[in-house]
Amino acid sequence: MKNDIILAGVGGQGILSIATVIGSAALEQGLYLKQAEVHGMSQRGGDVQSNLRLGTEPIHSDLIPKGGADLIVSLEPMEALRYLPYLSKDGWVITNTTPLVNIPDYPQMDAVMAELNSLPRVVALDVDAIAKDLGSPRGANMVLLGAMASVLHILDAEKLREGIRRIFSRKGDAVVESNIKAFDAGLAFSQNRK
Amino acid sequence: MADKNLLLGDEALALGALHAGLSGVYAYPGTPSTEITEYIQLHPLARERNVHRDWSCNEKTAMEGALGMSYAGKRALVCFKHVGLNVCADPFMGSAMTGANGGLVIASCDDPSMHSSQNEQDSRFYGAFAMMPVFEPSSQQETYEMAREAFDYSEKRGIPVLMRLTTRMSHSRAVVESGADIREQNQLHYPANPRQWVTLPVNARVRNRQLIKDYQTFEADAAVSRFNFLKEGPDKSMGIIACGIAYNYLMENFPDGCPYPVLKVSQYPFPRELAVKLSGMVKTLLVLEEGQPLVEDRLKGVFPTGITVHGRLDNSVPRDGELTPDAVRAALGLPALPEYPASQVVAPRPPALCQGCGHRDFFTALNNVLKDYEGARVFGDIGCYTLGWMPPFRSLHTCVEMGASVTMALGSAYSGTYPAVAVIGDSTFTHSGMTGLLDAVNGKADVTVCISDNLTTGMTGGQDSAGTGRLEAICEGLGVEPEHIRTIVPLPKNYPDMEKVIREEIEYHGVSVIISRRECIQTLKRHAKK
Repeated sequence: MKNDIILAGVGGQGILSIATVIGSAALEQGLYLKQAEVHGMSQRGGDVQSNLRLGTEPIHSDLIPKGGADLIVSLEPMEALRYLPYLSKDGWVITNTTPLVNIPDYPQMDAVMAELNSLPRVVALDVDAIAKDLGSPRGANMVLLGAMASVLHILDAEKLREGIRRIFSRKGDAVVESNIKAFDAGLAFSQNRK
Repeated sequence: MADKNLLLGDEALALGALHAGLSGVYAYPGTPSTEITEYIQLHPLARERNVHRDWSCNEKTAMEGALGMSYAGKRALVCFKHVGLNVCADPFMGSAMTGANGGLVIASCDDPSMHSSQNEQDSRFYGAFAMMPVFEPSSQQETYEMAREAFDYSEKRGIPVLMRLTTRMSHSRAVVESGADIREQNQLHYPANPRQWVTLPVNARVRNRQLIKDYQTFEADAAVSRFNFLKEGPDKSMGIIACGIAYNYLMENFPDGCPYPVLKVSQYPFPRELAVKLSGMVKTLLVLEEGQPLVEDRLKGVFPTGITVHGRLDNSVPRDGELTPDAVRAALGLPALPEYPASQVVAPRPPALCQGCGHRDFFTALNNVLKDYEGARVFGDIGCYTLGWMPPFRSLHTCVEMGASVTMALGSAYSGTYPAVAVIGDSTFTHSGMTGLLDAVNGKADVTVCISDNLTTGMTGGQDSAGTGRLEAICEGLGVEPEHIRTIVPLPKNYPDMEKVIREEIEYHGVSVIISRRECIQTLKRHAKK
């Protein structure tokens, strides 16, 4: 079994925090993993992505082929669309709906949402608002992680919760718990929508 | 006891070097190589063993420091991005002539597709040029093991080893098993062949002939290296040579095993013997290599029986840009997977200077002054501030390589450009700008050199900058008149003052330096958290 994931967003949004939790859970479970990241110039407010590949068999390429991604997970709605040619015909798009507008020609939100909603398998949610409602605005990334957990077949939700505990344990119990709460809120949302 | 960790290729290389008994890493930050040194800087073993791990001023000083450590018998690692190898080409070529005493490994990280670079040069050419062995791992695990073995090989053959990574190896993470055997550091000991280290012609001629002979030995070693192998396949219509990371993209396309015979190459000089063996089995050859067509070019026309060689040179593989599973798939003649069409809604989102960055305020003030000077030209340099070329600033006219802002401004000023303005960052200034400024002083040039000082090496993530706190003293020491070394603080409220200073120094027909100083907002945030 394999799960190929494209994590997308804008430099500075912290897509790698999601990858770190998944990576920790995958390592613990003895899965094979390859994760290509973007460092350097592109991190400065530009589009960024990370190719994250998980498998029960050894993985060759660090990059996901076009038409091969099981999931596109994006912290920004337009950025989710940027990688559509990589999405498998059976793949899911899990995306935040809050746009990050730092360019003058950002498209009309209606057009972005219309294209997202035209896809057969999409979970679109406002992770910023959900995190804010929970009283932990910095937990938006974990809401998105929760939302993807329902379609990430290779790792179950409890393994991801353990990953969150491991990664955030240094920051104290309160931080761990608020991140778990954020994760559970995302998971609940996507289970209801699927 | 073996450990399992998720490591970037850069980190795997660093850990392999530490476990090989490293005594010093010498480096200048540059994407995608920076994380090698950062990993060593934070590793407890490096602290425990007092491994040298401070950043160097530039790649040349780094390479020379490491060569000095190798001379003293200890194991040294040099790291930089591919263009850093140009900066240190002189000591690099020289190190093949001196040879290595303590193990010397030079890690050069290439950036095909130019994710964060100004060209896509392939460091393997430098290896062949210097007659130095090159190691090009194809996985993170192999990176760890090859780093470890590169030091042994360097000492065994008395030659530095060039390790070539590319972006997708440097910046991709995988599980790495490590630490089964952690070697002690070397003791101080000097070369058995001291003449070789004095490259006077009388010695260098002798050494050169020896190196030419040794290069044949390196190739024979590559032919039997465990990192190179020839794998049989049932379909003899084509043979494939896959170098380094290209091997992964090949295998990705054949989940049940590759039907063609494959030669996988990770250690150079290119083992021609194995290629000849492969060519005896097949009608055509496809060469898959990341970067430029080094192997392909050397194989064209070599085989007597009319075997055709396909690769980047005949566009079977795209002539430029990094390899992808898709490009390799097309080269193999396999149909593309079904895919969604690209979205028509998506707009480009190029990188930009951070909101609140001091470079922004500097460019705003500079633009306000220069709109009154029709002939103004601004010579830029390498760093975050190169983004000052992008809208809304459009401030720069050139950007070539580290330090070129100062010296290109000189040449242009001499040709009649006025005002000739250089814009350079603090770390780039101490890397390669200082000598150019001395040229300017000696030539009494009419230039305005602006050092946009954010107290760090910003673009690569905030490493120490070599001249922090001493830029005025350095400029004065180089002979710039103290009254024409001006310091400004780039903030919107200071625009009138900033513009006044910039205008005065442009109106002064000699060498002036304007230091625009405010801490990088990224490092400021990090410091505030601590």
